[in-house]
Amino acid sequence: MSLLRVEGLTKSFKGLRAVDDVGFEVEEGSILGIIGPNGAGKTTTFNLVAGALTPDAGTVHLDGVDITGRPPHRVLAAGMARTFQLMRPFYSMSVLENVTVAVLAGGGSRRSARTTAAELIERVGLGRWRDAPSEGLPTAALKRLELARALASRPRVLLLDEVLAGLVPAEREPVMDVLEELRTNDGVTLVFVEHIMAAVMRLSDSVLVLDLGRVLTQGPPEEVTRDPRVIEAYLGEEPDAAR
Amino acid sequence: MSRPAEDVAAPDDAAATPTTAGAARVPWARATAVVGVLVVAVALAYLQSGSGIVVSQAVVTGILVGGVYGLVAMGLTLIFGVLDIVNFAHGAFLALALFGTYWLVTALGLHPLVALAGNIVAMFVLGALVQRGVLAGAMDRPLENQLLITLGLAMIIENGLLLFFGADPRSVALPGDRGVAILGAVADLSRILAFAGALVLAGALFLLLQRTRLGTAIRAVAASSTGAELVGIDTRRIYVLTFAIGTACAGAAGTLLAPLVTIEPTTGAQFTIIAFVVVVLGGMGNVVGALVSGLVIGLAEQLGGLLLPGQSPLLAVFIVFVLVLFLRPQGLFGRSG
Amino acid sequence: MSAPADATAAASAAARSDALPRQPWNRPLAVVAVLTVLLVPLPLVLPGAQEAVAVRVLIFALLSIGWNVMSGFGGMFSFGHAAYFGLGAYTTAWLLVERGVSPWIGMAAGMVIAAAFAVVIGFLALRYRLRGAYFALATFAFAEMLRLWAIGSDFVNRAEGYHVPLLPESSWWYLQFEPGSPNYFWIALALTVAALVVSILFLRSRAGQFTLAARDDAEAAASLGIPVMRYKLTTMALAGAISSVAGAFYVQYYLFVDPDLAFGSSQSIQAILPAVIGGVGTIWGPVIGAAVLGPLSDVTATILRNPPPFLEFLQGRGGLDVILYGLLLIVIIRLLPKGIYGALQERWSRR
Repeated sequence: MSLLRVEGLTKSFKGLRAVDDVGFEVEEGSILGIIGPNGAGKTTTFNLVAGALTPDAGTVHLDGVDITGRPPHRVLAAGMARTFQLMRPFYSMSVLENVTVAVLAGGGSRRSARTTAAELIERVGLGRWRDAPSEGLPTAALKRLELARALASRPRVLLLDEVLAGLVPAEREPVMDVLEELRTNDGVTLVFVEHIMAAVMRLSDSVLVLDLGRVLTQGPPEEVTRDPRVIEAYLGEEPDAAR
Repeated sequence: MSRPAEDVAAPDDAAATPTTAGAARVPWARATAVVGVLVVAVALAYLQSGSGIVVSQAVVTGILVGGVYGLVAMGLTLIFGVLDIVNFAHGAFLALALFGTYWLVTALGLHPLVALAGNIVAMFVLGALVQRGVLAGAMDRPLENQLLITLGLAMIIENGLLLFFGADPRSVALPGDRGVAILGAVADLSRILAFAGALVLAGALFLLLQRTRLGTAIRAVAASSTGAELVGIDTRRIYVLTFAIGTACAGAAGTLLAPLVTIEPTTGAQFTIIAFVVVVLGGMGNVVGALVSGLVIGLAEQLGGLLLPGQSPLLAVFIVFVLVLFLRPQGLFGRSG
Repeated sequence: MSAPADATAAASAAARSDALPRQPWNRPLAVVAVLTVLLVPLPLVLPGAQEAVAVRVLIFALLSIGWNVMSGFGGMFSFGHAAYFGLGAYTTAWLLVERGVSPWIGMAAGMVIAAAFAVVIGFLALRYRLRGAYFALATFAFAEMLRLWAIGSDFVNRAEGYHVPLLPESSWWYLQFEPGSPNYFWIALALTVAALVVSILFLRSRAGQFTLAARDDAEAAASLGIPVMRYKLTTMALAGAISSVAGAFYVQYYLFVDPDLAFGSSQSIQAILPAVIGGVGTIWGPVIGAAVLGPLSDVTATILRNPPPFLEFLQGRGGLDVILYGLLLIVIIRLLPKGIYGALQERWSRR
């Protein structure tokens, strides 16, 4: 049985159907990339799965448990964490304190939480910023902070909302390395929404393509990117149409 | 902070902007609910007091004073809609006008109407100075700082009045004041004139907002300050003018109320609260909503005085406030979210 | 991660763990201890009139420390903190005058009532997502409501308020001594120190960290699994309890309370001002601000009693002190928005 099972997700805003009957399954330890042109409903789907929005219809099952519509902190308790696209550090705290608080939320003593937090900070490659105030950190560091905080709850599934946005190519590689390690070393299942094709190609075991709120197709990255429907959705035309 | 209603001129925009199916220009369901509640309140008041005359007196008084409440609230809601500031000093400006009227009438022997013009101008200028001098520099800071500044202003003004005039209550009488029979009740001429004056000024404000270039600019800034700047509106000037108009409304209301209330330094705080309740009820930023809600609150205050004998009628107003704040913080007429 | 890299990372992680920054929580506690020791002999060296000022400073500090917990640490600005002060004052007064109960018990009861009131307001406000100005408004409204209720209620003597009956001799149990007795100062000092210690311990506790996180970004905190509502309510309850102690002590010291003194807006501003002057959200802010404000209010009272010739018309009038408070509030916010201590903190951390 797949770890994350989404079925028939539907959500409308003011009469406009943003997400229409979206479903997919993610096996434990695999990585699913969600792509689609702008307005395809990727972020809405993401928020529906993460519990930030309540779907009009459809279900989300995590390890067989129905978590549809649960508020964020209960989704977390069930084992699914998310990052935010707009970075939201606790600006009055240092990086270490940020992650410590996240670890503390799961219980345990303050001292052990700090130690765990320090380890997490190293894991995501944020070591040199550890004691710096989180306010004013560069984008790349903030991304990693988001990651570290999300990992604090030891999630089984990690939802990543455009985690590479705003990073220059040189900054992306290390983050992708960390993500891969998460899967390989810790068995974390990843679902990520992304625009950057190279990342999707490299990281995903399977790619889900959304368009106009619906699932266009799902499959291994090489197949999906060659699928003419996908290309058309993105470019609006066949690639070899004569010009 | 989430801002539920940004409509400074609700009717026009409601017609122009596509909203969810079923939204009409006049929110019939809500209006009916409000009227229903008022009818029930009147009935209860009748049962409580046992006298139809007392109740109709309360209704008439409530509506008349409610008009003035509406005027005060219009100024407050305008300030909020455009500058995003909750002006804790609004009632203090009103109190300033109360004492100003007192002084002009008793010390200089002027007729209250002259005082009206004088107070409007004075409060306008004062408001402009305050906004320009004190608030403008704090506009980008966290919201709480602006709130604290207006709170500080309120303290200064009210205690300045206390210091210079003392705590003894004063009063001002309208020359030629007499009772007038309306709908089976008796209303003071001064009260009727206050109501009329409030409506006239409210109408003038409405016209200003709808028909003049300044008004359009104000509404533009209320809708989007960055957008307004992009089309070349000098937002800083609009902030100053809007705040000044807002305080002028408070000043006008103060003059109109002068013959009707006991003039004390603490009167200001009470009116701040009343104005707030009206604004929250009408939807923050909603000018027309403020006027209508003023009437509702005026009624609530009078009926509350009957339903809760022995308590300050303000308590009834408060209860309404708390209920609105918790049940529908965007107000009766503001847009949801 | 490949094995060699693994080892390097682990090694550097181990090295760094040893060098985790020491949490400087012991330092504030040490400072409190030192200050307490230094301040204890104060009433023995101060002339009588100044001692009253010192007590006043402590009352302000106590009130504002409570305010700071909720508004500074918790980010929920309270514009009606007089509610808790007044509840503490009235609970003590009522229990003493109507039932002859010791003010110490009254103080404890006041804390419970104030905390409960805070939780109720907080629950309603947070349940309906009031924030920022709306929240401040609601707190303002509740304080005013209490004031009006007190004025109109026979249960608490309406607008007359309560006079604490004078005892023939000093009593610790009934918290009454000769006027000017140093015991008042020492009790106030003990209460303030206790409040300070509580606020320090709170800040470094799990609850405090969660509260700070919720203040900085409630949604992010919630998505990390922090039960935001629970901690916001805890913070408010703590704030209410601390400030109510100030009210309870006030009644015993000044021997009188009425609705305006207890629930009036000038008490609310006296809760806010020391923290704003000293630094909202800092531990020392309220204390520093109270130290500035106390003497100020005394100076203005003196001026009003015996004004210099050109201000003679002010003789015997009230209000000057609150005017100065208002001016100070505005000046500080414009010039030193982080307060005295906050500005110093910023200076030090930049180096």
